[in-house]
Amino acid sequence: MKRFRQRFGEAIREAWLDRKQAMLVVDAAQFQAIALYARDDEKFNLLSDLTAVDWPKREKRFEVVLQLYSFAKNERLRLKCAAGEREAVPSVTGVWPAANWMERECYDMFGIVFEGHPDLKRILLPDEWQGYPLRKDYDILQQDEAWVRENLGIESGQ
Amino acid sequence: MDETRITGMPPVEETAVPGADEIVLNMGPQHPSTHGVLRVKLRLDGEKIEGSECFIGYLHRGVEKIAEHRTYQQFAPYVDRMDYVAAVSNGLGYCEAVERLLGAEAPPRARVVRTILTELQRIASHLLWLGTHALDIGALTPVFYCLREREEILKIFEKYCGARLTTHAFRIGGLQYETYDGFEHDVKRFCDDFASKVDEYEQLLTGNRIWVGRTKGIGLLNSEQAIALGVTGPPLRASGVKWDIRKAMPYAAYDQYEFEIPTGKNGDTYDRYLVRMEEMRQSRRICLQAIENIPAGPIMAKVGKVLKPPPGEVYHAIEAPKGEIGYYVVSDGTTQPYRVRVRPPSFINLQALDTMVRGHLVADVVAIIGTLDIVLGEVDR
Repeated sequence: MKRFRQRFGEAIREAWLDRKQAMLVVDAAQFQAIALYARDDEKFNLLSDLTAVDWPKREKRFEVVLQLYSFAKNERLRLKCAAGEREAVPSVTGVWPAANWMERECYDMFGIVFEGHPDLKRILLPDEWQGYPLRKDYDILQQDEAWVRENLGIESGQ
Repeated sequence: MDETRITGMPPVEETAVPGADEIVLNMGPQHPSTHGVLRVKLRLDGEKIEGSECFIGYLHRGVEKIAEHRTYQQFAPYVDRMDYVAAVSNGLGYCEAVERLLGAEAPPRARVVRTILTELQRIASHLLWLGTHALDIGALTPVFYCLREREEILKIFEKYCGARLTTHAFRIGGLQYETYDGFEHDVKRFCDDFASKVDEYEQLLTGNRIWVGRTKGIGLLNSEQAIALGVTGPPLRASGVKWDIRKAMPYAAYDQYEFEIPTGKNGDTYDRYLVRMEEMRQSRRICLQAIENIPAGPIMAKVGKVLKPPPGEVYHAIEAPKGEIGYYVVSDGTTQPYRVRVRPPSFINLQALDTMVRGHLVADVVAIIGTLDIVLGEVDR
C-alpha cells in the first residue's frame, strides 16, 4: 500500500483494511497505470473478479471493484474506482484479458461503459433488453415488458 | 458487411483465400455435449476452427439481485442452485464469507464435518464430469461406473440432510444437523471401496488408444495464458501452476490434513483428465484423515437468529471442484446483504474456450467443452 502511495500519490484516494483485507480506492484517470503497476511490479497477475456496486446516494454512484491475487506473494488486493452515471471507466482488458467477460457482465447489469473494451455488449441478457437489473432503482419484479411480449409471446414472465 | 463475420471477434489471421471457404456453424443451445444450454458460434474453414464465440445467459435467474432482497440466511439455499452438481461447495463458500463478515467462526467439529462433506462433493462432481466427458468422446462404459459411485455419495448426503443435490447442508455459523449414527462408517466404507474404483476408471481410459488420441494435445492452454484468462481449478493446475486455495489460503479444516496438489505439464485435455483423477484420490485421502478424528463439541457458533453484520465488505474464495468460487459480500448493517457478487469459476473458465478451440476440429470442441467442466447454471446464475 505504501508503495502504491509513493508511486501514485494523490491518485490513491483511500487505502484501508477491512476484516484484514486490503483495498485501494483509485482515481479513474490513473486506473490503467495503477492496474499495470499492480500486475507488473507488485505481481498481482491474476484478476480473480471484476464487478460493481451501486450506491445511488453517492455523488458518483458506481463503484467498480477488482479482486486481484498474487501467486508470488499469496496475497489478495482489492482495487476500487468510482464512476458517475454517465462516466466511462477505463477498461483493464489490456492488462488482464480475463476482464473481458466480467466487464461485459458489469455493463449488462449496471450499464457502466468500459472505455477501450474490444467488444462491449450484453452477455447474460438479450442484446435488445432495456434497463440494467442490478441498479438499485431497478425493482426486483421489473422487467423489459416489451421484450418479453415480443419474444416470448406472453404478457409477463412472472 | 460480410455475413459470416462474427461480431466482436478479435481479428483472426487471414487465411489463404479470405472468407471464401468460411462457414459459420451454430453449436447449441440444444446440443447434448454442451451440458446445458450453451450456444457456440464456430467459424470454420473446412473442419478447422478459425474462431468461436459463446452465447450464454439462457439460464440467467438474477441470483445476485435476489440476494439483495433476502436475509443472509434466506439466501443460502439459492447458492446451491448455481453449480447444482456441487451444491455443498457453493454453500461452504457462502457461509464462510458471511461468517467472516460477522467476525464469527464455525466450531471445530462443524469445520471438520464441512471438510468431509465438501471433499465428498468434489469426488461426486469429478465423477459426473468424468462420466459425461468420456461419454461425449465416445466411451460409453465409464458413465455407468461413475454414476454408481456417485450414488453412494449422494446417499450419504441424503442421510445427512435429506437432500441429494441441492443440499443446503451448512448454515451460517456451523451446521444445522448433527451427523447421523454411522456417518463415519459410511464415509469410511465409501473411501475403502473407492480406491480400487479410481484405478478401474484409469484402466479403462488412461492407456486407451482412442482416449489418448482424442485428448492428448487437444485444447492446449499454457500457464501464462491460463493466468491471463483468469482460469482456476483443475485447468490451471493441468497447465503446471501448483496453486490450490485449500493450501494457499486454508479454510474449513484443510490446514490439518495432508494432501498433494497434482499438476500437469502440457495443459492439454489429457493432463486435465489426469489432474482430476488424482484429485479424487487426494480427496479420498482427506476424508479418511478427517473421519479418524472428528472433534466433539458444539456444531453451531453463537451468531444469533437475526444476522446484522457490521457495515463493510469481504471477499472470500474457496476451491470448488471447478475452480475458485468467490463471494464478495457488502453489508450496510441491515439484515439483508447490500450486494452479493458471486465469482463463478465456470463462467470465467469458459472464457478460455475460444483460445483453446482455435486450430482444432469440430469434434474436438466437444472434448474441450467437456474438459472445462462447466455447469451452465453457474455460468448464467
